[in-house]
Amino acid sequence: MDRDNRPLLRMLEVSRDFDVSRPWLNRVLEGAPRQLLRAVDGVSLAVKRGETLALVGESGCGKSTVARLIVGLYATSQGRIEFDGIDLAAPGASALRRRMQMIFQDPYASLNPRWRVRDIVAEPIRVLKLAASEHEVGARVAELLRQVGLVAEDGEKYPHEFSGGQRQRISIARALSGNPEFLVCDEPTSALDVSVQAQILNLMTDLQQRLGLTYLFISHNLAVVSHIADRVGVMYLGRLVELADAEELFVRPLHPYTRMLLDAIPDLEMSGKARTPVAGEVPNPLDPPAGCAFHPRCLHANARCRSERPQALVRGEAVVACHAVEERRI
Amino acid sequence: MAVAPGWWRRAWDHDLAWSFRRSPVTIVAAALTLACVGGAAFAPWIAPHDPFDLARLSLNDAFSPPAWASGGNARYLLGTDDQGRDVLSTILHGARISLGVGLAAVAFSALLGVSLGLLSGYVGGRLDAFIMRVADIQLSFPAILIALLVDGVARVALPRETHDSIAIPVLIFSIGISGWVQYARTVRGSTLVEKNREYVQAARVIGRGRFAIMLHHVLPNVMGPVLVIGTIHVGTAIITEATLSFLGVGLPPTQPSLGTLIRVGNDFLFSGEWWITVFPGLALIVLVLSVNLLGDWLRDALNPKLR
Repeated sequence: MDRDNRPLLRMLEVSRDFDVSRPWLNRVLEGAPRQLLRAVDGVSLAVKRGETLALVGESGCGKSTVARLIVGLYATSQGRIEFDGIDLAAPGASALRRRMQMIFQDPYASLNPRWRVRDIVAEPIRVLKLAASEHEVGARVAELLRQVGLVAEDGEKYPHEFSGGQRQRISIARALSGNPEFLVCDEPTSALDVSVQAQILNLMTDLQQRLGLTYLFISHNLAVVSHIADRVGVMYLGRLVELADAEELFVRPLHPYTRMLLDAIPDLEMSGKARTPVAGEVPNPLDPPAGCAFHPRCLHANARCRSERPQALVRGEAVVACHAVEERRI
Repeated sequence: MAVAPGWWRRAWDHDLAWSFRRSPVTIVAAALTLACVGGAAFAPWIAPHDPFDLARLSLNDAFSPPAWASGGNARYLLGTDDQGRDVLSTILHGARISLGVGLAAVAFSALLGVSLGLLSGYVGGRLDAFIMRVADIQLSFPAILIALLVDGVARVALPRETHDSIAIPVLIFSIGISGWVQYARTVRGSTLVEKNREYVQAARVIGRGRFAIMLHHVLPNVMGPVLVIGTIHVGTAIITEATLSFLGVGLPPTQPSLGTLIRVGNDFLFSGEWWITVFPGLALIVLVLSVNLLGDWLRDALNPKLR
């Protein structure tokens, strides 16, 4: 029982800085200081077994960095990430990483153009030694290709012979071939046509049900998120500003930023509701505003918002970081 | 593995084959290269005489002019040299050595340059800075100077009696070491682009090590330009070898390359026996020109921006 209640993945106050300083010689000559960019700033979240947690936000808000931190493409600067209760930075935790895989955004860049599809899909099987013989590898690859809606003969082809949607199916087959429990999906549909997006999303939900997968789904597309997510986290300038059940979030958003994003969605039912465009721009992440990062764009900001950083506040099932919500001003 | 019936058809329709058929210069260059390579490779079997068989040489035949000139001997199509050796046969054997040294030097250069370029680009940091500074320093020396230096050091360091027998490896090493920079720079540049592409990240997520990723993922994607540089470099390497041999620091007259033949023949140029040096010179020009034309074509054909 305990095992089922424990979150599969937990991020605890995770931050990641990137060194964006000028080269050493320029720094010495120009007297410029070292410059750090905090791409992810104190993010805490938990992904439950079998659910889909979506992370949304504008470009540059750090959602893709979160994805890369989890799969280990980047090391954390502060905080820790636990998978199945074990710190991923601990020695010997690399075996845990075998239980997670990633699907990338650009299906044209994520498949090695010089490899045949069967080798691309078989790579995790061979590296993780999941098959006893080459014959078994071949059989497993054929099964995986069928599972994602391709045919076994497609394995002989090269990636450039496929369309974007088909390539994303190959990416999914590769991700699945390592028998992962947890999939990090970094905008897997944003490079695809709308009609193909729906097919890929349906494939992913179908696979989730059949294989009992857990997804962390990164996206900037709220329509996609509302389709697939159980819970949604909203990020702004490296911080998690709101995390709530998807239904709850889309109906009753708490954070002013979430409200702004939802107000900007075109209304297909033509209810005549006036659409508010997203106002303002994301501040320079090298020089984030003091206090709440969102205050320069926020309609409800007051003096406290400009000076004091809001802490995560539990509101029922939701978590929100906003002074105005805490003070019940909105 | 059954070869599909359309195999030939597919090769024929390929972009490369298409641009090859459209360029008469390239077809001629390819034919000449093929003739040179064939003549060089099969020299011991197709050469009319064995120029290194001392028992067969006759000084009576020395300085025989080409067959069509007055006093020419029909047995020696391109005449003979001061030892009575058939010039055509020495050219064929010389081309064999020139081409062999050239190809081996290019292979050595490419191996060294591609490995260092991959490491430099993929690992980055101090290693990258170090390798690239060494490359910069080396680029400030002319290639021939580096080859002379290596060759000179080898001459001093090694005992005299072994020197002739290892002349070829020393020459390959010295020409090869002077040419790696171009490969390293090109490969490093492409590697910097490729290593940030998502397929490399995907391989890292799968858990592959650095070297496996460099070898299996990055390398196949950076080899295109290497092929082009290599083809063009073959001509340069042959010229460098010929220059070194002409200067007397390359191959000894016992294992003459085209450069050695030109040097030896050069002594007789003013006494009227022009054929001894002119024919090896022409052979060198034809060989290098046709290889270079082939390389130029390959570069253009593989460059999508020029289509």
